[in-house]
Amino acid sequence: MNKRGINYYVLLILGWVPFLLLLGLLLMAPQFLSDFRLSQLGKFLTYAIIAIGLDLIWGYGGMMSLGQGLFFGLGAYGFAMYLKLQSSGGKLPDFMFWSGLETLPWFWAPFQNPIFAVLASLAIPALIAAVLGYLVFRSRVQGVYFSIITQALTLLVSIWFIGQQAYTGGTNGITNLGSAQLFGISLLAPEAQLGFYFASVICLALVYLLATGMINSRFGRMLVALRDNEARVRFLGYNPVVLKTLIFVTSAVFAALAGILFVPQVGIISPSSMGVVPSIEMVIWVAIGGRGTLLGAIVGALVVSYARSFLSETYPDIWQYFFGLLFIISVLFFKSGIVGTLQTGFNRLRVMLSGEPLEMSEHGLSYYRTADLEPIAKSTPSTHDAHLLDKARSAAEGGS
Amino acid sequence: MNTLILQAFNGLSLGSILLLVSVGLALAFGLMGVINMAHGEFIMIGAYVAYLFQQTFATMLGGVELGIWFVLAIPAAFIIAALLGALMEVSLIRHLYGRPLDTLLATWGVGLFLQQAARSIFGASNVNVSSPAWLSGGVDTGLGFLLPYKRLFLIALVTIVVIAIYLYLYRTINGRRLRAVMQNRQMASCLGVRSRWVDASTFALGTGLAGVAGVALTQIGSIGPAVGTFYIVDAFMVVVLGGVGRLPGTILAALLIGITNTFLEMGTSATVGKVLVLLMIIAFLQWKPSGLATLQTR
Amino acid sequence: MAGGTGNGVQLASAPNGIATHEKIIDVKGVTVSFDGFKALNDLNFSMRHGELRFVIGPNGAGKTTLLDVMTGKTRPQTGTVTFNDDLNVLRAAEHELVRQGIGRKFQNPTVFSPLTVYENLEAAAGFHDGVFHLFSKLADPLHQKIDDILKLIGLWERAYVRAGILSHGEKQWLEIGMLLMQEPKLLLLDEPVAGMTRQERNRTGELLREISKRCSVIVVEHDMEFVRNYAGIVSVLHLGSLLTEGPVEQVQNDPQVIEVYIGRSRSPA
Repeated sequence: MNKRGINYYVLLILGWVPFLLLLGLLLMAPQFLSDFRLSQLGKFLTYAIIAIGLDLIWGYGGMMSLGQGLFFGLGAYGFAMYLKLQSSGGKLPDFMFWSGLETLPWFWAPFQNPIFAVLASLAIPALIAAVLGYLVFRSRVQGVYFSIITQALTLLVSIWFIGQQAYTGGTNGITNLGSAQLFGISLLAPEAQLGFYFASVICLALVYLLATGMINSRFGRMLVALRDNEARVRFLGYNPVVLKTLIFVTSAVFAALAGILFVPQVGIISPSSMGVVPSIEMVIWVAIGGRGTLLGAIVGALVVSYARSFLSETYPDIWQYFFGLLFIISVLFFKSGIVGTLQTGFNRLRVMLSGEPLEMSEHGLSYYRTADLEPIAKSTPSTHDAHLLDKARSAAEGGS
Repeated sequence: MNTLILQAFNGLSLGSILLLVSVGLALAFGLMGVINMAHGEFIMIGAYVAYLFQQTFATMLGGVELGIWFVLAIPAAFIIAALLGALMEVSLIRHLYGRPLDTLLATWGVGLFLQQAARSIFGASNVNVSSPAWLSGGVDTGLGFLLPYKRLFLIALVTIVVIAIYLYLYRTINGRRLRAVMQNRQMASCLGVRSRWVDASTFALGTGLAGVAGVALTQIGSIGPAVGTFYIVDAFMVVVLGGVGRLPGTILAALLIGITNTFLEMGTSATVGKVLVLLMIIAFLQWKPSGLATLQTR
Repeated sequence: MAGGTGNGVQLASAPNGIATHEKIIDVKGVTVSFDGFKALNDLNFSMRHGELRFVIGPNGAGKTTLLDVMTGKTRPQTGTVTFNDDLNVLRAAEHELVRQGIGRKFQNPTVFSPLTVYENLEAAAGFHDGVFHLFSKLADPLHQKIDDILKLIGLWERAYVRAGILSHGEKQWLEIGMLLMQEPKLLLLDEPVAGMTRQERNRTGELLREISKRCSVIVVEHDMEFVRNYAGIVSVLHLGSLLTEGPVEQVQNDPQVIEVYIGRSRSPA
């Protein structure tokens, strides 16, 4: 069989370095960040989790979902309901009382159980994604239509939540979670916040590993094939609808997980976090970080979130201008994003240094040195380059 | 029975608003496959043009009540919005040809930018645009309710716009060129049609129509920097349901959504009505994926 | 070119020993009419197991329509089509026919450009599995099968190259390889050497000869030199019917065939 050059194994290991480095930094962060900055970082880490899911469905699957905010929000609301009931100490939550309710609505009751709350927060978005995905993909709608439908859904649900003041807290959302107690520790206690921070780091790592595993499996390759030629995949006997729905549901579960980790660290969830605008910002994270690179999703989420926070603090009146320009410029000029551009640059550098042409697969780490492969039979000039090389060679030798 | 007629009228009125708001979007989408996320902001621009005309020109032109400023605002909004749209197409959209999802993102950025500009210039709060005297009141149907002149005007305006578009598409050279490029871009190019120019002019036409919609919307409610975002998703739904770029499909879709929305609202709330409409659209797409106007191909 | 030994790739119809007079495909009296235009006109066509049959004819003769009928893409107005002596093609759905062993290769190569040659074949490997099997690794026998097919189609050295940068000929071979992974009993190739260099055409001819040892092959072709070099029996279609059939030398010199292609009979110089 073909030998994989030493390059392959070196690159395989090198590929993990950035992530491990990041992980190490994140684990040490509590040492040198203030409480405020740490919880901000924790929040941004949940954004990174959303971004990984979005990169799966958009960067690899080619389908731009403008509705990840919906799944994020549902996950967050689910866990917030549990925390709210906790903090209300067995009495009716305040906003319900103010809206004139007298007893706890039936669908709120099960959320008193933390396990149910977590499971429901994950399962309900997954179910919605499964049904929506199946219906939309089955009708073979093209990319733009899918994006619009996801956007419409997230808009409508967020509007609906605003309207249901009594059940969802309306525009303000679910707030005042401070007095919630988890395993005897107050939610606001530093230990608890630290715990949630580390939970976010661990979940981010697990999600990253899971996503990498998916992409590097045959499933991941089939996803790439699907984006290249859906009809051909169908002809291979695989149902594209199942493939797409699966990846969509995965992205929804990741977003919901992020929501669950978000609420205890931020202390509030409102419809403004799950509507049209946040959903598009999520796409920008992935676009700027580098779609189709997974690491880019994390980088993008962190970089853009910090940039946004900095800009809105420093220029409260005009930061939207910057943001709008950021969108435009990143799409026009930095299509491969930060990580994507770095990867290309890194490869070019490596080719320059080693002086050999390199043939590589676009995804994963399938790099092979052509020198390690057996020579191609001379009778078939295969690559265009080889052909030109021959011509150049014979011309140089003073040939015809 | 009276409620039924009233609701039917309201449905028709809503449908006509939706049509006005989305016809420009549908044209650009049908021709170039791009969804202009800043479409709502062009509506906003049109609305602010009307506002400006009221502030600056109304007294000069016989007063607010007479309404000359209002009538002039309509073509003015069209021209301004069209010019801005042409600028946007040439500087941005053109470079993203073949990348519809990226265009979506980039145009959203433009929308953000424009909204912020409106906020800086006009302030973040809503403003009210007055109505000319001849738009106040309504037709007394004798059935216990009024058919407001504003809404009748809107329906009339939309009808005129649709007829104008139809004439443009089917009776002018440019319209023919547009249809040619829409059907087969490469072939049209080979036959000497400057498809780039058609793109720019159609996109400008689309945004210009959004501007007109903006002027019309000032009569329905107050306007502010975010007035566009209010209607944009509805416009998208019309485009999705109406199918690719065919005028009859868009008209049908807008009316259908308008009427269904109104009637569903009766039984439930406005939002639930919208959600149901969305679900119905998704269900409909199962049956006819290409929307209401299916192009007949072999 | 690495000639396959035939081991490793066990295809369903081993030609030797099995009654070779059985027909792999039998088309009887088929008429396909598009709004009055008869693409196929009472056509009779049949083939035995293990044959390598060439189908030629001028443009509009109905060659592609014949393939369409065999794969279930087009339903004829009259006639019967029987596959492997027991399957009524006209009653089966397209994907069912694919599962039963009719593989078709279209003119333009449709390989997955971002994936490597190996990964393309790997994608074709799990033909009968469900989506969830994609998360597990490929079973060893299938790895072996991929290796064998790589050698057969001559892309062994290029296994880890991205399919997108392969030459046109290599892409065609890769696609043939992907079809072979699905173990067809009958392989339909529509103008496989169009756009190939001479060396690529020769290699393709050899490849076809090898493949026909494992399954039956129908090749629709225009390139007369290729037909001359590699064809055994040739069927000539004209205006939707079978004009004549026979060994290539005989068909070549048939005055009817000449007239149909050139438009006038060869007058003695």
